[in-house]
Amino acid sequence: MITKLNHVSVFVLDQDSAHDFYINKLGFKVHTDAPMGPGMRWLTVCPPEQPDLEISLMAINEGMMFSKESAKQMRELVSKGTFGFGVFECNDLLATYEELKAKGVEFTKAPKKEFYGFEALFKDDSGNWFSLGEKKS
Amino acid sequence: MEQYPKIYLYRRIVQAKLFIDEQFADNIDLNNIANEAYFSKFHFIRLFKKIYNKTPHQYLTGVRIEKAKIFLKEDIAIADVCYSVGFGSIPSFTGLFKRIVGLTPSAYQQEQAKLKADIALQPLKYIPNCFAENNGWTDLSLKLQ
Repeated sequence: MITKLNHVSVFVLDQDSAHDFYINKLGFKVHTDAPMGPGMRWLTVCPPEQPDLEISLMAINEGMMFSKESAKQMRELVSKGTFGFGVFECNDLLATYEELKAKGVEFTKAPKKEFYGFEALFKDDSGNWFSLGEKKS
Repeated sequence: MEQYPKIYLYRRIVQAKLFIDEQFADNIDLNNIANEAYFSKFHFIRLFKKIYNKTPHQYLTGVRIEKAKIFLKEDIAIADVCYSVGFGSIPSFTGLFKRIVGLTPSAYQQEQAKLKADIALQPLKYIPNCFAENNGWTDLSLKLQ
């Protein structure tokens, strides 16, 4: 029986920039930051109240995972906002929206009450998009 | 955005929260923050707590402790950490840190230094194998040793 999700990957264009975005804008915490040799780095972050979910910020570089052509295609797809990676939750959507906007986070959908909940959409610095929902009381 | 009631209240509270995030190291007077937000102190505290589930004072303490954890991980001397995050005395910092984190600043710093050294020495212990293999990081620990 599967009980938990503890790692998930988000492909990013630049790990330094992603580190700044997820830590200084979203307010996440670094879980593990390990240099893995020239040009390689294992970087995981976690939401402040979910320390056991590591979001791996994976650089899209030519190497074992991506051929040169695949890396180019993947970078283009990410930049274009092709991928939606998940749903984050907050206690108060309007306040979180105002805070993230003040920090320069780009929203593609302002907070709106939908039949499934109160939701906004934002993009990370690479182009990946996420839903942001308010915790249901 | 659709018009939600009292959005201007949210903006003022958010600005106060961001003020704490930026000025946590200073001697912040919550009365001043309430004034900045154009609220009475009690109205401000009530609204702040409704949004962030913490009073402004609790939130400020939390920010200082989190910043202290980051500085301690960077191996900065405890006294320097204490004053640089806005605490006025080492005993009060140590006591509060231990109450919130569960370890003294010194023990936390030692624990983090040990963890950092272990990650540097054996990074593959901290990376699920599927990710490591995909990146070709299969025998890195042996190479680093």
